[in-house]
Amino acid sequence: MSGHRINWFYFAAPQRFYPLAGMAVPWFAALGVILAAIGLVMGLGLAPTDFQQGDSYRIIFIHVPVSWMSMVLYVAMAFWAGVGLVFNTRLASMLAQAIAPTGALMAFLSLWTGALWGRPTWGTWWVWDARLTSELILLFLYIGYLSLRGAIEDERRADRASALLALVGVVNVPIIYFSVKWWNTLHQGASVSVTKGSSMATIMLNAMLIMALAFWMYAFAVVLTRVRRIILERESGAAWTRAYLSDRSPS
Amino acid sequence: MRAMFVRDVRLALRRKADTLGAAFFFVIVVSLFPLGVGPETELLRRMGAGIVWVAALLASMLAMPRLFADDAADGTLEQMLLSTTPLPLLVLAKVAAHWLVSGLLLVAVSPVLALQFGLQGPAIGVLLMSLLLGTPVLSLVGAIGAALTVGVRGAAVLLSLLVLPLVTPVLIFGAGAVDSAASGLGFQAQFSLLGAMLALGLFAAPWAAAAALRISLD
Repeated sequence: MSGHRINWFYFAAPQRFYPLAGMAVPWFAALGVILAAIGLVMGLGLAPTDFQQGDSYRIIFIHVPVSWMSMVLYVAMAFWAGVGLVFNTRLASMLAQAIAPTGALMAFLSLWTGALWGRPTWGTWWVWDARLTSELILLFLYIGYLSLRGAIEDERRADRASALLALVGVVNVPIIYFSVKWWNTLHQGASVSVTKGSSMATIMLNAMLIMALAFWMYAFAVVLTRVRRIILERESGAAWTRAYLSDRSPS
Repeated sequence: MRAMFVRDVRLALRRKADTLGAAFFFVIVVSLFPLGVGPETELLRRMGAGIVWVAALLASMLAMPRLFADDAADGTLEQMLLSTTPLPLLVLAKVAAHWLVSGLLLVAVSPVLALQFGLQGPAIGVLLMSLLLGTPVLSLVGAIGAALTVGVRGAAVLLSLLVLPLVTPVLIFGAGAVDSAASGLGFQAQFSLLGAMLALGLFAAPWAAAAALRISLD
């Protein structure tokens, strides 16, 4: 209020971010558990049975949120990787590094739950539908990112190389999505449409949105926990980490 | 820049085994498919374009790691970074030379393979054109991957992991053009899109690859 500028980079120092993340993690975790409980009760208990798909549609409450998260996390990862590349801040690169495994997990879960859902409704585990295929390619992009990180020993080089890859990927994602979409329509009429549109009952929609929020909270909690570990590991030479660690483990 | 181009072409021509290796790999992979799926003419004709395209994709990945690896090993790459010529232009010259000796060879071999799969004359022409438009994109995007993986252990496998998901659109439209042509539909749309990707790649990829090289040789 009093005219002094906000220092946007105040928490960019891993030393300051570490306790902040530590404070935030329990809140996000608790919110995630509460929201998931509400969402599951609404989704599995209160929402009516679908007249076409029976109860098998209920996996939507996991499937749709994880699919959203897999896409949002890729963009978030590319964003922080880009910030890390441009401003050369260690913390942004660490965040990108921490987001990647969760994003890959979400993409994998999305495919997995999709297969489980496809079996009773479409009668097959897998169709070469545009959305399924682009989700699969998204998973491949995560795997490429993770394996590039893993292959480079030097952390700073790994940060910057994988950041560049993430940015190239994020430019490419729309191109891949649309090409896969057109590819499918070029081949044949799509045998199944995954879009349900507005035909959804309000309680189903609400339950799904609550579950999506729960997954957001989960992602925050897990990413922040992971980033704390990464900070400790990569800053292990710094004075404050040594002091912190020797406080924690009386030897 | 021209000197870099001429030098790279000359180097590649002197090492014939390397250059021809990828082309033979291409031929062998394509020839394996009929052995795997059976020799029915109708089936092969339908799959032909896709198989040739996938094999071209794999073969161009095979040739990719050498783009920068030798220059990194003998220090030429560091000289390139220090050169007064902008690095993206040098990268573009290297990619062009690389495509001329490896990509163009694949394009040249492909009609023979297409004949083996029983593709008809017009379809072969479209396949040739689609490869001509598509393989430079593979080389350009591959150059980014090659630059990122310079000096990394297991670079060849890593390169394929990074680049193959990124070039799926090229495969889709390249093989799609041949399919449309074979079934009597227009193929201009696919060619336009391939051309658009080539334009975008020519503009953006050398720049990204140059940035990647600076990161790798930091």
